[in-house]
Amino acid sequence: MSQTKVNDARYKAITGRAILYAVLVIVALYYLAPLFLMIVTSFRSMEEIRVGQLIEWPKTFTFDAWAAAWNQVQIGAREDLGLKPYFMNSIRMVIPSVLLSTAFGALNGYVLSFWKFRGSELFFAFLLAGCFLPFQAILLPHSIVLGKMGISGSTLGLVFTHVVYGVAFTTLFFRNYYVNLPGELIKAAKLDGAGFWMIFYRIILPLSTPILVVSIIWQFTQIWNDFLFGVVFSDPNSQPVTVGLNNMVNSTTGEKRYNVDMAGAIIAALPTVLVYVVAGKYFVRGLTAGSVKG
Amino acid sequence: MTTHNAQASVLNENKLDGNRMSTSKRSKGIDYWLPKLVLSPTVAITIVFIYGFILWTTILSFTKSRILPQYEFVGFEQYVKLFLNDRWMGALANLAIFGILFIGICMVVGLVFAILLDQNIRAEGALRTIYLYPMALSFIVTGTVWKWIMNPTVGIEKFMHDIGFSGFSFDWIVDPDMAIYTVVIAGIWQSSGFVMAIFLAGLRGIDTSIIKAAQLDGASLFAVYTRVIIPSMRPVFFSAFIMLAHIAIKSFDLIMALTGGGPGNATDVPAIFMYQFSFTRGQLGIGASSAVIMLMGVTAILIPYLYSELRGEKQ
Repeated sequence: MSQTKVNDARYKAITGRAILYAVLVIVALYYLAPLFLMIVTSFRSMEEIRVGQLIEWPKTFTFDAWAAAWNQVQIGAREDLGLKPYFMNSIRMVIPSVLLSTAFGALNGYVLSFWKFRGSELFFAFLLAGCFLPFQAILLPHSIVLGKMGISGSTLGLVFTHVVYGVAFTTLFFRNYYVNLPGELIKAAKLDGAGFWMIFYRIILPLSTPILVVSIIWQFTQIWNDFLFGVVFSDPNSQPVTVGLNNMVNSTTGEKRYNVDMAGAIIAALPTVLVYVVAGKYFVRGLTAGSVKG
Repeated sequence: MTTHNAQASVLNENKLDGNRMSTSKRSKGIDYWLPKLVLSPTVAITIVFIYGFILWTTILSFTKSRILPQYEFVGFEQYVKLFLNDRWMGALANLAIFGILFIGICMVVGLVFAILLDQNIRAEGALRTIYLYPMALSFIVTGTVWKWIMNPTVGIEKFMHDIGFSGFSFDWIVDPDMAIYTVVIAGIWQSSGFVMAIFLAGLRGIDTSIIKAAQLDGASLFAVYTRVIIPSMRPVFFSAFIMLAHIAIKSFDLIMALTGGGPGNATDVPAIFMYQFSFTRGQLGIGASSAVIMLMGVTAILIPYLYSELRGEKQ
């Protein structure tokens, strides 16, 4: 090959790479644009938005929209203003739901991996189908039963609901993780006379950190972002932040305040986005656990 | 997916060991019934709250129930009413349009960008983080933002007018014929990064020796992808399809936040229809029958998937 030919090939390769990077960056901008727009708009005043452009750097940064969205704007007919009470409802709902569904999932996964009995595999198959249940198929009976139990329209009722319908996924996570642990560990412990709980606490739990993180992050994201259960099973005093945000944005009274809407949307999104930024690796693992199973 | 296969064979050995242990005489006693006791709440929940409630919903769909559930049976009357209802037929048509475009475009976009990201990209981690973050957002947040961006009087249309393109028009969100496509746009923005992550995981799992062999035989990069890599990712396509179809059929939040089902009923889908007939319009019977149809739709997609999953585990 002559020198010019080599240069030509190298030139082609470099332009190829440049185009590749350009495409990837443009796509990244497409994904980022709505977030950027949200953040910038939330710091602008309504006067600026009315006369200005869709995309414009704030002339004066103001936290007014954030304050309004957090605890000043009237949402529905409730007395305490802003998204704050809804945000607190979400926190009260999400913590026990995540902990309980993860605990159940860990124990179920442990049993289904190391303490199999006749019918346990079949049960796992039935539970697996529950991961894909369209919740519409259970909404009506569930609301009747929550009413009978006296916990409809309450945070307790929502916690109960999220645990019941979250256990299928958490069990799947733990079971698929545990079956890949070396069985000899358990076998040796059993021969040494260690019992069910001893093996769980001393051997299994210390090995479970990664899958615990995956399960907690997955459940946190799912439950925090849930809207269907929140809108069907809660009353104004227990509605989660997704329902609060939707009510706020779609209330028809007064002028539309886009800066407040955007600040509200960021407030509602902040906890899950923070989790994603801090522990993105585990987040991705949870997402793909349901699809690319080994 | 070679590592997975290797793990799977180890897994099967473990499975056999586990079985041998739990049925051996040694493990009888407290350790015999304790596992069953621990699993029993979940078994009860599954039987009552999943399968029992599905049965209950099915029973309700054959009754006259309106505002309150009642158990006077009317056969298939509610189903007949359902399919004579223009709103329901419209909701099904919308789901078909949304489902096909959403799944199709997400798969293409996801695959293309997974392949592009697989070319030893320097900032791959950062780019992947950016592509995937919408998946961490609630559909309500996504709907709120896109509703504003696509609003013709304040969003993109106004922006284009302001910078001089006065003929520019993008008013799909208020146009009953086009509104369903705005749902597709927002849905793709939210979910395509997730599909990319699945495909990227699939690409990374492919045995590199096959690729090297093909390259030694003189195959171009394009041919390696179309002839070798993509065909070997069939299971990954399958699971991506299942996940997306599942999101599409259940889609409720996004549409509630983006269009509220409007303008008129232009973006109505079965999930919204079911919610409104059951909980705001006092038509429990029709609501239940629509839920049963939705369940049948999901089941039709799932059965081949679960079959292949469970068969795969036995191998």
